[in-house]
Amino acid sequence: MARKRIITIGAALAGTLGLLAATGCGAADMTKQASPYANAAGAKTVTLSVQSWVGARANTAVAQYLLEHELGYRVDTVQVDEVPAWDALSQGRVDAIMEDWGHPDQEQRYVKDKKTIAPGGDLGVTGHIGWFVPKYFADAHPDVLDWRNLNKYASQLRTGESGGKGQLLDGSPSYVTNDKALVKNLNLDYQVVFAGSEAAQITQIKQFAKKKQPFLTYWYEPQWLFNEVPMVEVKLPKYTDACAEKGTADPETIDCAYPTSSLKKYFNAEFTEKGGKAARFLKNFSWSKKDQNEVSQMIAEDKLPAEEAAKRWVQRHPDVWKAWIP
Amino acid sequence: MSAATSPAKPTPSAKPAKPAMPARPGKTAAPAPGRATDADASAATDGRSLLTLLNRYRGLRKLLLLAVAAAVLVPLADARWGSGSWPGALTVGLDEPLGKVSDWIIDNRDSHWVFLYFFGHISNAIVTSVHAVYVVLLALGWAGVTAAATLLAWRVAGVKVAATTLASLAVCGLLDMWVPTMRTLALMAVAVAASVVLGALLGLAGGLSDRMFRVLRPVLDTMQALPAFAYLLPIVLVFGIGVAPAVLATVVYAAPPMARLTALGLRGTDKGVLEAVASLGATGRQRLLTARLPLARRELLLGVNQTIMMALSMAVIASVIGADGLGDRVYQALSTVDVGSALAAGVPIVLLAIVLDRTTAAAGERVGTETQGKGGQRWALVAVVTAAVAVLSRAMGALSWPDGWTVAIAAPVNDAKDWMVDHLYSGVPGIGGTADWAAHYTGWVLDPLRDGLQGLPWWGALLIVAALAWLIGTWRTALTAVLALGAIGVLGRWESSMDTLSQVLAAVAVTLVLGFAIAVGAARSRRTERVLRPVLDVFQTMPQFVYLIPVVALFGVGRAPAAAAAIVYALPAVVRITSQGLRQVNPGAMESARSLGATSGQQLRQVQFPLARPELLLAVNQAVVLVLSVVIIGGLVGGGALGYEVVFGLAQGDLATGLMAGVAIACLGLMLDRVTQPTKARAGKGA
Repeated sequence: MARKRIITIGAALAGTLGLLAATGCGAADMTKQASPYANAAGAKTVTLSVQSWVGARANTAVAQYLLEHELGYRVDTVQVDEVPAWDALSQGRVDAIMEDWGHPDQEQRYVKDKKTIAPGGDLGVTGHIGWFVPKYFADAHPDVLDWRNLNKYASQLRTGESGGKGQLLDGSPSYVTNDKALVKNLNLDYQVVFAGSEAAQITQIKQFAKKKQPFLTYWYEPQWLFNEVPMVEVKLPKYTDACAEKGTADPETIDCAYPTSSLKKYFNAEFTEKGGKAARFLKNFSWSKKDQNEVSQMIAEDKLPAEEAAKRWVQRHPDVWKAWIP
Repeated sequence: MSAATSPAKPTPSAKPAKPAMPARPGKTAAPAPGRATDADASAATDGRSLLTLLNRYRGLRKLLLLAVAAAVLVPLADARWGSGSWPGALTVGLDEPLGKVSDWIIDNRDSHWVFLYFFGHISNAIVTSVHAVYVVLLALGWAGVTAAATLLAWRVAGVKVAATTLASLAVCGLLDMWVPTMRTLALMAVAVAASVVLGALLGLAGGLSDRMFRVLRPVLDTMQALPAFAYLLPIVLVFGIGVAPAVLATVVYAAPPMARLTALGLRGTDKGVLEAVASLGATGRQRLLTARLPLARRELLLGVNQTIMMALSMAVIASVIGADGLGDRVYQALSTVDVGSALAAGVPIVLLAIVLDRTTAAAGERVGTETQGKGGQRWALVAVVTAAVAVLSRAMGALSWPDGWTVAIAAPVNDAKDWMVDHLYSGVPGIGGTADWAAHYTGWVLDPLRDGLQGLPWWGALLIVAALAWLIGTWRTALTAVLALGAIGVLGRWESSMDTLSQVLAAVAVTLVLGFAIAVGAARSRRTERVLRPVLDVFQTMPQFVYLIPVVALFGVGRAPAAAAAIVYALPAVVRITSQGLRQVNPGAMESARSLGATSGQQLRQVQFPLARPELLLAVNQAVVLVLSVVIIGGLVGGGALGYEVVFGLAQGDLATGLMAGVAIACLGLMLDRVTQPTKARAGKGA
């Protein structure tokens, strides 16, 4: 037995050594590795991160189209969650995130401390998170739009998952949310139900809307779903700097609405310096909520491929994008 | 997780276990010696009445012992820690150390030697290999790849499989998925090769040395029991996103079956043969190369087959960390809630699985029957034709799939889904709609079960598990089960684990009821079985991401759609194992029952079910394992609890939350396995 074990161990060792020999024995910087599919066509490549929501798809689709057709780059896109995307950006696996909703921890770590990520300016779109009810429900009960009256409607918003309370539908675990703290601190008779993914949340909202059932959901603007299911925001206590500060210190204590923030772009630090025209183009990239929604609409509702949607927008709005080309 | 999941298909000719189709044997493609099951069946018939009697007494004794132990320990525990949920004093917080580990990795991965000289090279080697395979596939062009695959299938598995291969590749192209399919293929080729090599090496070590085997088993158990989502984050922290980490995650998931089956094959060699070879003066290495490995080739090929299936089932999950290809298309389609597009990308995955399974399975069956003579010529033919086709298509400039040759299925599929949802959601006369079912299932089944489990005093839960595991197994398995459950408490995941447990138990119950009913039908009529087989194949290999949206549309967000997804996934294995078990029942026994005038219901209850008991138990075990393995998918549709925590951990880069919830799921799996796996099967394994 002992002998066989030696043989086995020998074989394993030989395998490992072989691997090392094959790859050379110098340092291998993982951050310099590109996608194995990338250089197949032998062109300059830019990698963009696509987040899971459609607005972000619209940004990248248009950026990709212009980079490929106007500047002659090859563009790869990667869809990962936001925090892993920041991580990838700092390692250079991804060159740019086109739409970020605010990640203070990551900003501190990568932008301020390690300086591996550089801010890329504003996207031009302002984002807002809030609580929304469908328009048909708000029309029937206008006073639901004030958070103080929410408890009155809790019984109408009950579902199997909310355990006798009203249901506040939350979405993907990757999104920024204070809803649990809000429900507690505002003494609301509601249960936060996490849909677990945006796909599940949208499907549920559509299903509610089809049946004209009332619902209360965490949602955000800009979002194409508003065109399909009109929703109205419920007013939460006003957002103030004091409340925000309190929340940064201890997220459990937040008791005011979400801020309205202008969405930002972030680039890999090295890419900003060496990315040439692509980096300058992406830095210039800035459009309005209306533009973004136009593309999102084509992708999400008309079910056009992202590339086709981008192409149509580019043909219609040269006045907007001509200014971005360096 | 021990025995037998790769749905053993003990064929009448008593061949070694062959996986029942696109196996995806769940998390436990473990040794399932067909022989053992057969032996069990006959043992069960012989001394059944005696055994049950004995069992009853033995069981009583065990229960009594346990009761005495409980009478002493429970008051102590109660006085010390109370009787509610798991006591806070007995938990260990790992959040902080894990947070520190993740910070350390992030701060050091650009500079520390471990990353530069070790992980860096691994990652490099993977990227280089995937690139190499991809370039070859591109160079062959679509016609070349199709020709090569078809000829290879013909050579290895015969004309029928070759035709399936040709049709499948054509469908991949028609769905406009050629490029993603090639990317997935390139990634899979590297991942499977690495898994097979790693698995074979581990299996070799485990097969040759008892000590290694004992060390290896818990490692393999953990690799398989840990949900893939849970180790995606650690891998991403070290390797970043992209193809390299995707391949690694796939290897972790797919290597264990190869290791297990290799070890099983080597350990199962006939002692007589070995002695004969030894008496001829063969050295240890000669014995290995000339006797043990050749004799184990069926197990080795089965291992390859299982590894391929497991690897393919990771295609979509790996796309969450940036693996390109088909999985990515499915994942992207989710963000626009586009079932049609998701299906268009899901179908090629199913087809790849079916083709690869049929080919490798056929190769496994043909082993040993090979006629040596013409082999070389035929291989040469394959190579020449492939090369010719590739050169020809290159000359014609037709390397990529022709643009016009595509069929858009997304829109009709979406319409069909909408129609289905509209008609099933509510108001189906007589049985209500899916919305009502979901409400009842949640309100009448899940809620009481969850409240009951969460209301159970912590020591009560431990006692119940101990009793169940001891009754079905030995004191060792009982101890393992109790320790697994205790570990969950210690990690501070008690409440959410009880929530998950209630969902798993309920889903398993529904799966078994449906599965047994379908299996009884399938076992009775060949035609039903023939119709059912492709359906089962598809459900077993279809990536779950594809049916997340229809499931939510039908059942609403929450635990009900999570259960539906789990049932769809676990049902095929249960149906397959059960119907095999039923069909295998000795015709003589059936005949004599019939001649005694038993109605078909009586035959079923009194002859078929008792005689197929080993398969039924295996089906139960499989249902548990498979349902548990989709807990995370449930987290994506509102299942909450542990599944959601794992998803949350990955999305927020929170190592502690994700990993601990993953470990809790693994512990639940271990506990449930021990509670549902009779020890008899275990004992025969020579573990």
